[in-house]
Amino acid sequence: MPINYYIFLAVALFCIGVAGVLTRRNAIIIFMCVELMLNAVNLLLVAFSKMHHLALAKVDPNAGINGQIFVFFIMVVAAAEVSVGLAIIVMMYRNTHSIDVNFLNRLKH
Amino acid sequence: MSLVTGIVQLVTINIMSKLVYLVPLFPLIGFLINGLFRKSLSKSLTGIIGCGTILASFIVSLTIFSDTRKAGFDTVIVKLFDFINVDKLQIPFSFQVDQLSILFLLIITGVGFLIHLYSTSYMHDEENEHYARYFSYLNLFVFSMLILVLGANYVIMFIGWEGVGLCSYLLIGYWFKNTQYDDAAKKAFIMNRIGDLGFLIAVFWMINQFGSVNFAEVFAKAPGTSVGILTGITLLLFVGATGKSAQIPLYTWLPDAMAGPTPVSALIHAATMVTAGIYMIARSNVMYTLSPISQTVVAIIGLATAFFAATIALKQNDIKKVLAYSTVSQLGYMFLGLGVGAYTGAVFHVMTHAFFKALLFLGAGSVIHALHEQDIRKMGALKKFMPITHITFLLACLAIAGIPPFSGFFSKDEILAAAYARNPIYFVVGVITALMTAFYMFRLYATTFLGNFRGTREQEHHLHESPSAITIPLIILAILAVIAGFVGIPQVFAKDAHILHNFLSPIFEKSESLKQTPELSNSMELTLMAISVAVALIGTIYAWRKFSNNPELDEPQGLAKILSNKWYVDELYEAMILRPINAFGKFLNDVFEKSIVDGIVNGVGRTIQYGSRQLRLLQSGQVGGYVLMMVLGIVILFVIQIILKK
Repeated sequence: MPINYYIFLAVALFCIGVAGVLTRRNAIIIFMCVELMLNAVNLLLVAFSKMHHLALAKVDPNAGINGQIFVFFIMVVAAAEVSVGLAIIVMMYRNTHSIDVNFLNRLKH
Repeated sequence: MSLVTGIVQLVTINIMSKLVYLVPLFPLIGFLINGLFRKSLSKSLTGIIGCGTILASFIVSLTIFSDTRKAGFDTVIVKLFDFINVDKLQIPFSFQVDQLSILFLLIITGVGFLIHLYSTSYMHDEENEHYARYFSYLNLFVFSMLILVLGANYVIMFIGWEGVGLCSYLLIGYWFKNTQYDDAAKKAFIMNRIGDLGFLIAVFWMINQFGSVNFAEVFAKAPGTSVGILTGITLLLFVGATGKSAQIPLYTWLPDAMAGPTPVSALIHAATMVTAGIYMIARSNVMYTLSPISQTVVAIIGLATAFFAATIALKQNDIKKVLAYSTVSQLGYMFLGLGVGAYTGAVFHVMTHAFFKALLFLGAGSVIHALHEQDIRKMGALKKFMPITHITFLLACLAIAGIPPFSGFFSKDEILAAAYARNPIYFVVGVITALMTAFYMFRLYATTFLGNFRGTREQEHHLHESPSAITIPLIILAILAVIAGFVGIPQVFAKDAHILHNFLSPIFEKSESLKQTPELSNSMELTLMAISVAVALIGTIYAWRKFSNNPELDEPQGLAKILSNKWYVDELYEAMILRPINAFGKFLNDVFEKSIVDGIVNGVGRTIQYGSRQLRLLQSGQVGGYVLMMVLGIVILFVIQIILKK
């Protein structure tokens, strides 16, 4: 399939993720949107990796392997980030009984 | 042996001329010492420094003068340093020693020294600090005047020109606690400055036209330049001269300048500063001879000023004001002389005028010092109380009236003869003015020194002759006023006896070769002389007899009132010039300054305050807002990238 389709899809997913982060009030939903953004990036990386492989397969059979390896790194980071983030949310809920980000506007003070 | 002396003479012929920079250097040092240490110097030390420097300058000037008298003397230019040294324009700070500048040097330092000596006694009542301030200003003035006459180009002359204007301001406003005197000082300086604008524009034009302002180069290139350009330049220079030398229309500062101490009036406003304009035109004689229109303008304005000021002097009652208007009138004569091509005559009159006018002012100062009074209606019969002052004053009056064999006769007559040769009307008006001169001077003399004493008993009790520091300069100046005429004996009396003419001929010979002044026959000249002498005698005797026993004490009526109020010229200037300018200034202040300029400046401040208030709102503390801004920033960066790539 032409690479454009994958790019459009990834960009669409990324934008949806950004919109979600900016708009939603629930902290967990925001996390889900962050995951969405990360996954969009993963998709993009895999798509480009395949593109490179198809283009350079005759010269170098391992072309385009970097993209796929990097996806694993991103997944690891995402997992670590989620665990830390959920821990913070649990602590916040214990203190304020709310996970509404508009309410948790403490940076101003 | 004669060969050796010849060589020695040749080597040393210009040694003293090379040291000409000493002449202005001494007064400069005097200015600095008296000025900087004024709080700690005693009066006698101040006087010694102040007078000693001028005396030293005079002695050096005398030795330079003896240099110029030697055969084969040619103009010496002593360059001190490069003042302005741009690609095509060279203006060195150099002094020019030639016959004209040495003559003025002698007058300035000689008369200046006598006036400094006089001041040590006249200003004795001042406190030490102010006494020293006076002498420092006076020395600074002499320094500036020397720079003016010694300069080898118009820019150095202009430096001195401005300097004397400044010192005039400082000295007129010497008793600065009196606001009227301050106003007089400001008036003098501002009117000078108006003239200086003309001078400056002329200098710029010269740079544009000739590429140089050095006298030698300008005068060499002048004959090849178009008459229109030369006329423009010379007229602008003359505007500067009208300001400095108090001619119409920029003369009204001089009578008001009498607010300063009398020795200041004698030095600055009689003998030296006001003659700067005449020096400048005499120096530029080549350019003026080549522009007949300018010469006519100079002559007519000079004549008009002479006549006009004489009419005002007829009805003044302050002893110094009479002398002030007399100065304006005599300066008019000098400009008339320059305008008809009698350059030597004009410079001759500068010299004789310096002697008798300074003498008149110093004599008036002596009277003022004794009586503490300046109104001649309250004086009288001073002849028996102040004999030396009386005799010297009388001699000066005889000189200024133009009665032979005193000096004024020779110089004034030379100018009048040349005026007749150019146009008989000049002569007629000049003679009428001479009549008025004799009349008002002897009115002044008779009212002050003859008749009965009209002052208070107190004054009469304390009346006595002034001390020797005052009377000795009076005597010396009187001797000069009597004999100085004999350096300029005209052709009719003795062939080739005009020493001054022969002395100054190198300066004026180029002018004379370019345009021959019309010659008068001997009989004609004698007739003219007889007419002017007769007129002077008539004026003198009439005034003497009229005023010795009934002084003019009543309030003036009709024409006399107009004359007494100086033809209301000051009021005219006030209405025509001062009021509109003040109104314009007020308008600019109220409307332009307050609303527009302040508005812009304050507006900038207010805008920044508003902007910062709005920007502050960005820091809301809400994370959501910050994330939004991040996203927006990235989007903008992408857009810019895309646009740039295209």
